Amino acid sequence: MNVIDWVDERIDLSEVRHFVAEKGVPVHAQKVWYYLGGMTLFLFGVQVFTGILLLLYYRPSATEAYESVQFIVTQVKFGWLIRNVHSWSANLLIGLAFAHFFSVFFLKSYRKPRELTWVSGILLLFLMLGFGFSGYLLPWNELSFFATKVGTGIAGAVPVIGHFSLRLLRGGDDVTGATLSRFYGLHVAILPAIATALVALHLLFVQRQGMSVPPGVEKKLKPGERLPQMPFFPNYILRDVLAWYVVIAVLAALAAFYPWELGTKADPFAVVPPGIRPEWYFLAMFHTLKLVPSHVLGIEGEHLGVVVFGIAALFLVLVPFLDRRASRGESSRLFTVLAAGGLIYLVTFTIIGHYAK
Amino acid sequence: MIASDKAPLPVAANATEFDRRRFLDALLTVGFVSTAAAIAYPVGRYLVPPESGEPVTASVVAGHVKALRPNSAAIFKFGSKPGIVVRTGDGDVRAFSAVCSHLDCTVQFKSDTSQLWCACHNGTYDLGGNVVSGPPPRGLEKFVVNLRGEGDDAEIVVSRA
Repeated sequence: MNVIDWVDERIDLSEVRHFVAEKGVPVHAQKVWYYLGGMTLFLFGVQVFTGILLLLYYRPSATEAYESVQFIVTQVKFGWLIRNVHSWSANLLIGLAFAHFFSVFFLKSYRKPRELTWVSGILLLFLMLGFGFSGYLLPWNELSFFATKVGTGIAGAVPVIGHFSLRLLRGGDDVTGATLSRFYGLHVAILPAIATALVALHLLFVQRQGMSVPPGVEKKLKPGERLPQMPFFPNYILRDVLAWYVVIAVLAALAAFYPWELGTKADPFAVVPPGIRPEWYFLAMFHTLKLVPSHVLGIEGEHLGVVVFGIAALFLVLVPFLDRRASRGESSRLFTVLAAGGLIYLVTFTIIGHYAK
Repeated sequence: MIASDKAPLPVAANATEFDRRRFLDALLTVGFVSTAAAIAYPVGRYLVPPESGEPVTASVVAGHVKALRPNSAAIFKFGSKPGIVVRTGDGDVRAFSAVCSHLDCTVQFKSDTSQLWCACHNGTYDLGGNVVSGPPPRGLEKFVVNLRGEGDDAEIVVSRA
């Protein structure tokens, strides 16, 4: 504690101390959903930490990438653990980010005044998908190579700028070592820089505004009545830490018992292996694009699919501004139905996509 | 804790409460410290690079005698480190590790003084590998040279002493 006193004497910490003492979390039946954001944040920390460790041995080139990952998991002490944790944590992170997203969507936490928190959160969700997509290629194995071919091919279906964005992503016309260099730079420098800034902003908003109380809980309050509060330090943070321990336990079990496959090294001239499919979080989109006929009303099916996904993404960003009723504190059944529809669509299409040939 | 809300506690019970708090604090500390240790140990081991699978080189062919004029030298690869093979003015062939004993720079042959010289900090060695001047604390590691073949066609085979 002497250290804190020492710092306090030099730079006044009274504001921080006041904030720590005052910060509270509303207590109600729905508060279980508050943990999801913290768990996602924790996994983001795990990714940064294990990612930096992997950088010590990973070599981003078509001739060495696969071998360097092989070296990490076979030669380096606990390299298998670091790599398995990084791979599993990435998947848990995206799963939890989606859960966090849907809980916020259903509880209408995006309503005024938290529109910007929502926008930064949605952008973070897209960024996490970008992390997943770029990181998947880095071991340079057969599956990731062809999945990247297909994935960047979808970018090529964007009307007007398609060919340009495909070349921009691939660093040329084909998926080659140049693509690997780009994805590496994206994965370890560009995306982390943007994500760090957005996470900081997202947290700043949450701290400034406190936790959102679901409209259903708010409505039941009598005029002038306040919800009971739990102190954030130490009561709530200890509960958060408990949730993180659950995450660590799941992560450790998965990493130890279900090693992430490395597969065979990518060979650009090999035949595409059957059953090629992207990571599970892209399956719904992947399967939808498979179902779109080649031409709809004279428009190429791929183009149509990509445009619809683009509109859906834009819609998600704009939800707090479109849902006027929730902002006025009225119930907005339409957006509950939209959220439910989105959830049902994602779950069913992911499952169908998984079992489809 | 809950009981304390209902009835005032006798002094003795207060003491137990305090002990329980201390016990829980200790338990929590042990938990956090073990977690930190469980993470620090594998990470620490991970940071230490594994021994390279490369076997220690015992001997290597450093070139042909005819490629080496008298009073000249050439760098060759001895395992993962550089070696230097020198042909003295009177035709004698010698070989040393080219790694300067000071700070691991690669030494070179100076034909004007017939010395081995390190450009990093101006260390000089004679053609026996011994320090002549400068900061190197030790001489250069001397290798054994065998010539395989006849006359100028002979191969220079260098091996660890």
